[in-house]
Parts: sequence; C-alpha cells; structure tokens
Amino acid sequence: MARLKVENLSFSFGYDTILDNINFEINEGEVVSIVGPSGGGKTTLLRLCSGLLDRQDGKIENSFETQAIAFQDPRLLPWKNVIDNIAFGLKAMGVPSKEREARAKEIALKFDLEESDFEKFPKELSGGMSQRVSFARALVTKPKLLFLDEPFSALDIGLKRELQDHVMELIDNHEITIFFITHDIMEAIRLSDKILLLAPDPGRIVKIFEFDVPQSKRDDEYVYTQTAKLLSDREIIETFELEFK
Amino acid sequence: MKSLLKILRDFPAYLWSGWGAIASIFLFIAAWDIGNQVYGDMILPSPIETFHTLATLFKDPDFTQSLMITLRRAMVGFGISLVVGTALGLFAGFFVTASIVSRPIVTILMGMPPIAWIVLAMIWFGMGDATVEFTVIVASLPIVFVGALQGTRTLEDKFEEMADIFKVPLMMKFFDIYLPHIFSYVFPAWVAALGMAWKIVVMAELLATSDGLGADLAMARSQLDTASALAIVVAMVGLLMVAEYIFLEPIKREVEKWRD
Repeated sequence: MARLKVENLSFSFGYDTILDNINFEINEGEVVSIVGPSGGGKTTLLRLCSGLLDRQDGKIENSFETQAIAFQDPRLLPWKNVIDNIAFGLKAMGVPSKEREARAKEIALKFDLEESDFEKFPKELSGGMSQRVSFARALVTKPKLLFLDEPFSALDIGLKRELQDHVMELIDNHEITIFFITHDIMEAIRLSDKILLLAPDPGRIVKIFEFDVPQSKRDDEYVYTQTAKLLSDREIIETFELEFK
Repeated sequence: MKSLLKILRDFPAYLWSGWGAIASIFLFIAAWDIGNQVYGDMILPSPIETFHTLATLFKDPDFTQSLMITLRRAMVGFGISLVVGTALGLFAGFFVTASIVSRPIVTILMGMPPIAWIVLAMIWFGMGDATVEFTVIVASLPIVFVGALQGTRTLEDKFEEMADIFKVPLMMKFFDIYLPHIFSYVFPAWVAALGMAWKIVVMAELLATSDGLGADLAMARSQLDTASALAIVVAMVGLLMVAEYIFLEPIKREVEKWRD
C-alpha cells in the first residue's frame, strides 16, 4: 500500500524555523487536512511533501506513483486554451494527442464547462471557471495522490460545494488520496479522515483529530456539530487565537 | 504548423479589417495634395506626380538595383541583430548578474544617436557596405536584446512549479512554458528592430555610400529633384508597410491572441 510518511521533518529559511519536528502519515485512500492560521508553514509543508522544495532535516517517504496539485490560484497557462490546459498533465505523461483531447473534453463537461468554452483562453474565463479548469487538469491524470493548496478559498459557496462534491465522489470510490491544506475548519471536517492542527512559530503539529463517519454520510448537521466541537477545543482556540467573550 | 494554417485562414478577415487604415491613408494623401496646391511643385510635388515618378523609377534597372543593395544591407544587419541579439538577450536573462551588468550598457547603446555611430563607422570601416551594416546592427541589436532579456526575466516560477508537479519533461517545458512567453516579448522587439534597421540603412547610405536608395536620395537632393526624392521616400515607406502589415502583423496577432 502506498503512503506518504513524514518523520522528524524540520525546515528553516535562514534563522527562521518554519517547521519543527513534524511527524505524520497518509495512507492510501485517506484524506488528511492540515489546518492552521495563515503564515504557519502549511504551504511550506505541502511544498516539501510534493517535492517542490528540497528537504533539509528529517525523512519524507512518498510511494505514490502519480501526483497532481490544485493551487489556490488556478495557474493556467495563458497561451493555451481550456482543453489544452486540462490536457497539460496528460501531455507530460506522453498520452497521444487524440486521446488526451477526448479525456480532457470528457472531464471538462463533467465539471460543468460548456463546449463553447473549450477554445477560450484563460483571460476570457471567470475566476470560478478557471478554478474548474485547474481542478480538471489535476484530476484528469487520475493521480494517486492529490495535493490541494486552499483551492476553494476564493470561490463562492455554491461553486465550493460543487467542486467538493467532485472530490467527495473520488473519495467514496477510494480512488484517491488527498493531502489538503485549508484554514477553513468546516471544509476540513466535511472532507477529511484526519485533521492535523499546525500551530505557527515554529510550525508544529499540536493535535490530531480523527473522523470515523464516511464522508458521504456526513450531513450538514454532522459538520456543524463537529465544527462547534472543534471550535471549543482548547488547542484550536489557542492556535487560532480565538477568544470568546 | 497549426498556427500557420490559422494565420492563412484568418488572413482574408484581417485584410477586410484594413479598410479603415486605407481610408486614413487616403486622407493623408489628400492633405498632401493640399500642401502641393499651397506650396507648388518645387517644394512639394503632388501625389499623382510622385506616383508617376515612382512608376518610372521601378522600370529603371538602376533603381531596382539600388533597391536590392539597400534591401541586402538592411537584411544582413537585421539578420545579425536578430540572431545575436536574441541569443545574448536570452543568455543574459537567465543569469541575474548578466542582466544587471548588461542593463547600463544597453542604455548607453540605445542612448547613443545613430548619426554618431555613422561618423565612427566611417572612420573605422571607410565608405561601403561594412559601415552601413555596422550602423544598422548597432541601432537594432539593443532593441532585440532588451526584448529577449525581458522575456526571460519575466518568466514566472508558478508555472514551473505546476509543471514540476506533473513531472513535465525538459523539452516540453521549453516548448510549452518558456517559449510562448519569451516569444511574446521577442517577436514585437523583432518588428521594432526591423523598422529601425530600415530607417537607419537609408540614413547611413546617404552619408557613407555611393550606391543604394540612400545614395539615390542624396543624388536627388543635389539635383533639387523633389519628385524623385519623394518617390524614393514613398517606395521605402511602402515597402515597410507591406512587410509590417501583410507579413508581420498577422503573425503577431496569432501569437499574441492569448494576451490581455
């Protein structure tokens, strides 16, 4: 079984310690979220795990065959149209052009993009559409491990829900493993098997929350009660500096 | 290849969009004719007379030969600027130190008036091809260099990161990420450099050679043959317009379609 295992991971920029002795494990089929305040090293952790940053101290073992990422900003190539952007990862894998076009079109329609949008360049797309394209680009490669770096944070609630539903479908079919960064606790509760709370200065994991109910069975009530429960948790209050009066 | 076909396919529509431009050219010619009526044939020959002179010039083998000489010089100078300027610009762009070092030098080169270069080139190379070509290179190479430098300097890390996650192979990275971005900076610089080369070549010829369009222009001046002088100017401007609007502009539109 593939897994991502992080052991005694520390990282610093100059004299600033960004991450201090991080340990966790993501097993195949799991959804693990990292929550914590902004500037707490969440993105650095993701970049280390995905190989975008070189490791300094500690161990990272990543045995997933394929990986993809959806960033907070869509990062579409401005000189490629919608379909070519979606097919970008497939092209990198060496999929023949006919096939990748067909697969890109199929997933584009699934993500509610219109056929009339296929030839459009990113400059002609709205923010929501760009994010759909970015998601489609990540998922069309059928990655074993998906990194999500706050990809929902700039979306309206309707679209957020819609994209989350796509992810949820993959989770239910046990097709994907997700490493998810967010500062939205409710979002994390809806999607994750495990939530790691990352406290800043220096970044360290202070608590792990686990959820047993399968994602598809989590209704709004479940999410609200769990959110309320987490928000009254001592560590969460201290980490996010929430002070109830 | 695909984009070449697309350029050809869009060409008729592009030409059709040129009516406005043609109308404004006719407006300019009308103003020119008014100038002729006010100042007389000696100072400003009428458009019709100029075009007649131009037609007879094109039948004259001496003139077409001059035209070819000038074209050759311009193309040699422009070609060298294009290749060397692009290569150096890309190189400098990839190294922070090189781009910092080259900046002031380019400013000096660009700030130096071409006429000063002509004088120096005449001293160094004497009268002839080399002087003209040198001046063309020195004037147009910095433009290309800056375009290529900016293209490379403005490459964004975020696309590279995205590509790294997908494990994009190096060749694909070059063609799909670097090239389109750099080209969108370099190509307009090429167009600007071509325009510059064409202007400088005639100026250099006028001062430093006994053949080519510039020399013909000098001859027309000494004989006070205003109609011929104007006809040569029209031929030069006309050629540049054809090059720019028939060949370069459609390509530019295609490669920059994705830009805001």
